[in-house]
Amino acid sequence: MTQLALVIDLNVCVGCHACVTNCKQWNTSGAAGALTDCNPYEAEPNGTFFNRVQTFEVGQYPKTETVHFPKSCLHCEDPACVPVCPTGASYKRKSDGIVLVDYDKCIGCKYCSWACPYGVREFDEQRKVMTKCTLCVDRIYDMSLPEDRRKPSCVLACPPGARLFGDVHDPESEVSVAIRERGGYTLMPEANTKPANHYLPRRKTTVTVRDEELYRSDNPHKIDGAPFDKNLPPTHEELN
Amino acid sequence: MRPAFSVLLLTTLIGAAQGLFIALFLCELLAPSAATPTLLVGGSVIVLLLSGLGLLASFFHLGHPERAWRSMMMWRTSWLSREVIALPAFMAAAFAYGVAHWLALGHTLLIGVIGVVLSITLFICTGMIYAAVKVLKEWAHPLTLVNFSLLGCASGMTLAAAYASFVAPTLTAPLAQAAFVLTALGLLTRGAALVRNAKLSPASTLQTAIGIRHPHIVQKAQGAMGGSYNTREFFHGKSVGFVRAIVPAFLVLSFALPLLLVLTLPLLAFILQYAGLLAERWYFFAEAKHPQNLYYQGNS
Ligand code: SF4
Ligand code: SF4
Ligand code: SF4
Repeated sequence: MTQLALVIDLNVCVGCHACVTNCKQWNTSGAAGALTDCNPYEAEPNGTFFNRVQTFEVGQYPKTETVHFPKSCLHCEDPACVPVCPTGASYKRKSDGIVLVDYDKCIGCKYCSWACPYGVREFDEQRKVMTKCTLCVDRIYDMSLPEDRRKPSCVLACPPGARLFGDVHDPESEVSVAIRERGGYTLMPEANTKPANHYLPRRKTTVTVRDEELYRSDNPHKIDGAPFDKNLPPTHEELN
Repeated sequence: MRPAFSVLLLTTLIGAAQGLFIALFLCELLAPSAATPTLLVGGSVIVLLLSGLGLLASFFHLGHPERAWRSMMMWRTSWLSREVIALPAFMAAAFAYGVAHWLALGHTLLIGVIGVVLSITLFICTGMIYAAVKVLKEWAHPLTLVNFSLLGCASGMTLAAAYASFVAPTLTAPLAQAAFVLTALGLLTRGAALVRNAKLSPASTLQTAIGIRHPHIVQKAQGAMGGSYNTREFFHGKSVGFVRAIVPAFLVLSFALPLLLVLTLPLLAFILQYAGLLAERWYFFAEAKHPQNLYYQGNS
């Protein structure tokens, strides 16, 4: 069974909102119609987005870290939003695990958005239907695109490459390896929705500097006859 | 959660209609001589009027009311879908019951039994719509079901007493006594829910919401400038003082005053109780804290 998902690396995300704008751009240009923008140039601009980036500050000064947190539908394996839908407009695809809304069936009762613990569904105020991330289902299977472009818009847009896309049920996929090796986790596991999307935690970034990198045989200090520092370990040459 | 006025109207109106129908049927069953056709036919008209208004109000909640028929499709999994089927079925039974009495067609007890079963089914469906939302711990409890049913029955019984005081005075006293008992029971169970919800501790925290285990996390940006669906739908937007004041208000209006008045002035008791139940339903929504609010600390 395939379960497509996004894996978002919080250690890499710089909070640039490129995924937000590219998601909006792609999905507002699609066959399903424009994503609403209300008061785009006024004091209180708001509209429909499938993906948002929030920012949190963790810790207390001076030991703080800024964490940027992209948030979109997690394509849960046991989605709370699907069984409650009275029309069947919300459904989960068996073939690839993507959770979708059929905009032609949705009556806009908003019940699904109550059932989802994560607040990632947005009711579109102009189209009057429930909307959310489609995992760019209209890109990832598009044979007219070159193969390396058959990825979600947000993944392609991310400048530092914080967003990975793939099948989390295939143990050898890039996303599964990342989850396994970099401590991937899911949001609110207590809600029992088994999110398919995973997040990779912040990590301590350390650069290992070995002695021989500081004091190498070709170190200009030596070549130029700079004073020899007795505290430095002997070079490879000197040892032989 | 933001209380949607259409849903407050829907649940209180159909609750009273269902309670009234059960009251009418009990009158026919237990006091066939006193239950005049005027009471039963007129009562059925009121049942249809209230549930029809409720149905109308529910359409205002939908983005696409013209597609409302589609909501009957998923009855296998969705309580909302089941309610959408049960409500018209209940109304059809009430219509048949009224017509059977009006034209003296007979089989009224059989139709009445069907109507009562549908009325109880509808109570279960309405209550389960809320009790089935697992992430809202305030709602996900059998008390939700009990309260929707009891409060509906109580207001319906009060209305039955009020109506009987005009068309079948001999029945007013027993109906008012039944309304008194139901209202008192409703006070107990609604009070139990209030106590339970006051003691609830949330299952999720900001830490589990973003997966960062640190005691000090401050949100700096919510991902939108002028708010979003998330900041509108899940917050009631009223002050703490307002929310605190609504609890004694609905306790007095839906329970205390009707208990005092129902035996003497049932019509006034019903009007006050109905207004109180609107406030009760408002608070039912407002007190439910959705875990998605954790992502919107600026609004929480
Ligand atoms: S994140 Fe919410 S909307 Fe998306 S699949 Fe899970 S429950 Fe449904
Ligand atoms: S808003 Fe649309 S998708 Fe959501 S539960 Fe209602 S009909 Fe289904
Ligand atoms: S997968 Fe597509 S729809 Fe979903 S957040 Fe990314 S760009 Fe938006």
